[in-house]
Amino acid sequence: MSNTSIKFADAAKSRHDFALIAKWIKPGAKVLDLGCGDGTLLGYLRNTLQVRGYGVEKDDANWLASMSNGVDVIQMDLEAGLSGFEAKSFDVVILSQTLQAVLNTEGIVQEMLRVGHEAIVTFPNFGYWRHRFQLIAGQMPVSKNLPYQWYDTPNVHLCTIKDFDEFCINHHIEVMERLVLTEQEPINMMPNLRGSLAMYHLKPAE
Amino acid sequence: MSESSSIGIVAPQIAHFTEPLPLKSGEVLPQYDLVYETYGTLNADKSNAVMICHALSGHHHVAGKYADTDKHAGWWDNLIGPGKPLDTNRFFVIGLNNLGGCHGSTGPSSIHPQTGKPWGSAFPLLTVEDWVTSQARLADYLGIKQLAAIVGGSLGGMQALQWTISYPERVRHALVIAAAPNLTAQNIAFNEVARQAIITDPEFHGGDYYAHKVVPRRGLRIARMLGHITYLSDDAMGAKFGRKLREGEIKYSFDVEFEMESYLRYQGDKFAGEFDANTYLRMTRALDYFDPALAHDGDLSRALAPAQADFLVISFTSDWRFSPARSREIVKALLDNELSVSYAEVTAAHGHDAFLMQDAHYHAILRNYLKKIKVGGPA
Repeated sequence: MSNTSIKFADAAKSRHDFALIAKWIKPGAKVLDLGCGDGTLLGYLRNTLQVRGYGVEKDDANWLASMSNGVDVIQMDLEAGLSGFEAKSFDVVILSQTLQAVLNTEGIVQEMLRVGHEAIVTFPNFGYWRHRFQLIAGQMPVSKNLPYQWYDTPNVHLCTIKDFDEFCINHHIEVMERLVLTEQEPINMMPNLRGSLAMYHLKPAE
Repeated sequence: MSESSSIGIVAPQIAHFTEPLPLKSGEVLPQYDLVYETYGTLNADKSNAVMICHALSGHHHVAGKYADTDKHAGWWDNLIGPGKPLDTNRFFVIGLNNLGGCHGSTGPSSIHPQTGKPWGSAFPLLTVEDWVTSQARLADYLGIKQLAAIVGGSLGGMQALQWTISYPERVRHALVIAAAPNLTAQNIAFNEVARQAIITDPEFHGGDYYAHKVVPRRGLRIARMLGHITYLSDDAMGAKFGRKLREGEIKYSFDVEFEMESYLRYQGDKFAGEFDANTYLRMTRALDYFDPALAHDGDLSRALAPAQADFLVISFTSDWRFSPARSREIVKALLDNELSVSYAEVTAAHGHDAFLMQDAHYHAILRNYLKKIKVGGPA
């Protein structure tokens, strides 16, 4: 998995995502951030919500940046699962803009809901109309949220909002909240067509 | 980043302890010496002390040289010095020789105060817990209530871990490098072969070889050769020696034919000439015995429940003696206790010995972690 090379469109935009993620997290919660990059999200959540928690990161440079930024970070490959973490040992497990780059997608979502009481997953919506339009025009989509060419993309499991909704139903996952965005604006009408970024707040279905 | 340089000329010191030391085995050491070195300056509020725990064959001479003409500097000189990752401009670093050692601290080759002869076989067996108790007494002796950090690799990492259990309030940070929460059966097996090589050497004399003016050199040599094989990775050996022949052609003899043999024999001879066999036996036994989870039904998480320190755990990918999986067991137990911990799995070719190497990423980890440690103003 090479979530490490995932490019953020810009820092301000990431911050905007972070603020939305933060709305789903209680102050003081215990958080696990999978693919934590340089630790910015955890640092943000710690400063704004006094959360406790750990990052998980595979890449050396990102790991070093996280640790240097004062984030407790565990170096491991998400593909191997989360066997180093006890069941229900976190309030929330976050997978921010990484789902599409994971090989064992099904496994990791299940692991998130084993280790955490709740999970937050964000990913670029492949069903976004600009992506569809590029496919109709005969090319693989490239956009702000999918800033790669087909030959250098780390993304291996792209999905649409409709796909992920179905995935949740089939895997007994309850969608507590869902937020779809384009250019930081919430999209309520036809989100699978008009939304470029999907954010899910999940828990195991009763 | 400031320019880094050697700590320069250093000198060992000796602390004498008269308070008897009760050992885990039930025996008591009535009095003992610990030889140690310090680098840097202890600050006004004594908040910048870092203690280095050594591994199997280590000692107190961690950094610097005794004279400009010394061929080699201390064994972790690449880490410690002004501007180095463990920066002696900020930290007061303490290196010591563990009890039972053969470099100046009281050990089997020391003179027993009652008999006037070397302790030999009478010297008790020690544990990691015993060492940590004696190290805490050295900290007391130096007027240090709390260490900014305890640092150790391999067997030294076990001591660092034990510090956080034995003296949770006395250690702010623990750097546990290339360590394990206990030895595997395979590891104990390697140690047993090493011990058998020593004990069955005709010149061992039940451990009282000093009286016979001999040393079990052959046994110690084989023990070290075996150890060396386990400290290196197959890849590292392959890259360094491969199947290279010493003379360029096969001689059909049992003399040194392969470069690998030459290296092992050199390492074995060198070690047998400078290390004490009784110390080697005791160091390997301390490794075998270390198992903090044992008193907690094998539950390492419960064993580490008292710990309060902020941890940095590091393993090396090619280390098969203390593999990354063993470090992950430590990390799991720390996570279970919701302790502050960062864990790095460093990609390295050198096997277990990688913890002593000057690898850029490894040293960047240590540098940046140590930089975060808060210390008070200068003395």
